[in-house]
Amino acid sequence: MKQKLKSYNAQTYLAYALIAPAALYIVLIVAWPLLETIRLSFTNSSLAGEDYVGFENYKKMLSSKKFNGIITRTFVWMFFSVSLKLIIGLIGAVLLNANLKGRSIFRVLVMPPWVVPIAIGMLGWLWLYNGYFGIIAGVGMRTGILDGPFGFLAYKQSAFISTIIADVWVGTPMVTVFFLAAMQGVPRDLYEAAYCDGASRWDRFFKITLPQITPVIITMSLLSAIWTFNSFEIIWILTEGGPRGATTTLIIDTYKQALGNYKFGRGAARAVVVMILLTLFAGFYLALLARINKKISHE
Amino acid sequence: MTFILLPFVEMFYASLRPLDHLFRSPYQFYSDDLSFWAYREMWKTVPMLPRYIFNSFFLASVTSLITLLFVIPAAYSYARFRFPFKNSSLYILLAINMFSGAVLLIPLYKVLRTFGLLNTYQAMIVPGVAFLIPTAIWLLKSYFEKIPIDLEEAAFVDGASRVQILRHIIAPLSTPGLVVVGIYAFIGSYAQQFLFAITFNQKKEYMPIPSGLYEFIGYTTVKWNEMMAASLVGIAPVLIIFLFLQKYIVAGLTSGAVKN
Repeated sequence: MKQKLKSYNAQTYLAYALIAPAALYIVLIVAWPLLETIRLSFTNSSLAGEDYVGFENYKKMLSSKKFNGIITRTFVWMFFSVSLKLIIGLIGAVLLNANLKGRSIFRVLVMPPWVVPIAIGMLGWLWLYNGYFGIIAGVGMRTGILDGPFGFLAYKQSAFISTIIADVWVGTPMVTVFFLAAMQGVPRDLYEAAYCDGASRWDRFFKITLPQITPVIITMSLLSAIWTFNSFEIIWILTEGGPRGATTTLIIDTYKQALGNYKFGRGAARAVVVMILLTLFAGFYLALLARINKKISHE
Repeated sequence: MTFILLPFVEMFYASLRPLDHLFRSPYQFYSDDLSFWAYREMWKTVPMLPRYIFNSFFLASVTSLITLLFVIPAAYSYARFRFPFKNSSLYILLAINMFSGAVLLIPLYKVLRTFGLLNTYQAMIVPGVAFLIPTAIWLLKSYFEKIPIDLEEAAFVDGASRVQILRHIIAPLSTPGLVVVGIYAFIGSYAQQFLFAITFNQKKEYMPIPSGLYEFIGYTTVKWNEMMAASLVGIAPVLIIFLFLQKYIVAGLTSGAVKN
């Protein structure tokens, strides 16, 4: 009987056979295109055909001031967006974790921006940001902050900030939900002990909650950085990278080069930069995850 | 809270107001003749709207079904067997999740073009499935792991075949998990219908709601009340599904990410 069971549990070939379809699919649709993108980045590929050009795309790209500006902008955009998401998410999670009336309703109401198709949510934001008729300009004019119509997406700085705000709107619910889940996982007796010792609310938050959920905060900040870095739809719908490139992040630039101008080679070179950066992020994330898992299994 | 809900409230409010009230500067907070007029009129302004809605549903359903087809055996295998490269391949799956589709667009575009698949449903379904598979495997794997292996072993010792085990033990026990993963895939593919849709498809008859509506923004005068009405109609289905099942979805997603 043991023999029989062993054969039930140790059928490696069956294990692989079951995974094969999914693995093959991923290889065809994700892995192969990745490699092909690397190859294309060394060509001047366009709709007309392609020739090998060596490192020319990279040389051109790296020596252009515009591209360096795009890299800096991407990281500045990411930094503000991710920090805001984390801060608002943390505050939100604390509030939702507190013993307030109707918190279960609020927990549901936080989620819509995350569930709704981003592209449709952005149509709503386009209307909010409308310089003449939108509610934000309206409130500004009524209260006298603005002295006339103001197109939030028409000026460099305001467009930059506006896209960040919209991105925070999309990304915060997810962060909040994860923080909340982590907070609910903190053992109750820790709080009870602290309460008996007369710890204040702040003490309890800073000395129990925060250290306990630090692993989740770190993983979420990395994950959130990755998603923010990848964010395409938000900027594309609100500004298409404009005005005058003020909101062109690396992803937007890649898209524009490749599928706006059909310069596949140049676009591919940018895509490779994206890949390298993402691989770094992903490496950090996975290393971190492995460390946390180890820690948990040791406890 | 205001920050999160204001856009929705304003979208709804705008959709109820007559157009000439919206086109007033500075912003008027009050309209006295609110009506659902825009919800009737939008079908005329956006003549293809029913088609977009159908496309969105069609694409999301087919994408999630195909995803499930690929994911069920793979997740079962990950949950039950030990084999070389098991953990590393699971981490690779996680890493795939972090790549935006934008990086893969160029080769995919070229391939689809060569095979004459641009401007078809397939062009949007095929890449869509690839980006749903990784998370779906992780989610479903954790559901399968909760089914005690003793049950299967007992049946096996009693002479049940693998197919019988799958049908009589695993299938009924994992139904809730399958539903959650299916819904995750549906919402996911409903939400992701923009990048691939604007890149691989220019044909109006295949457009899902987001890219269909996005087309209208380009026109000089946007009828915002109807636009908002149409957007809300596009949002409604996922929102309703989500509201009913949010408990399971959130629990499933967070348990996967927080614990693993």
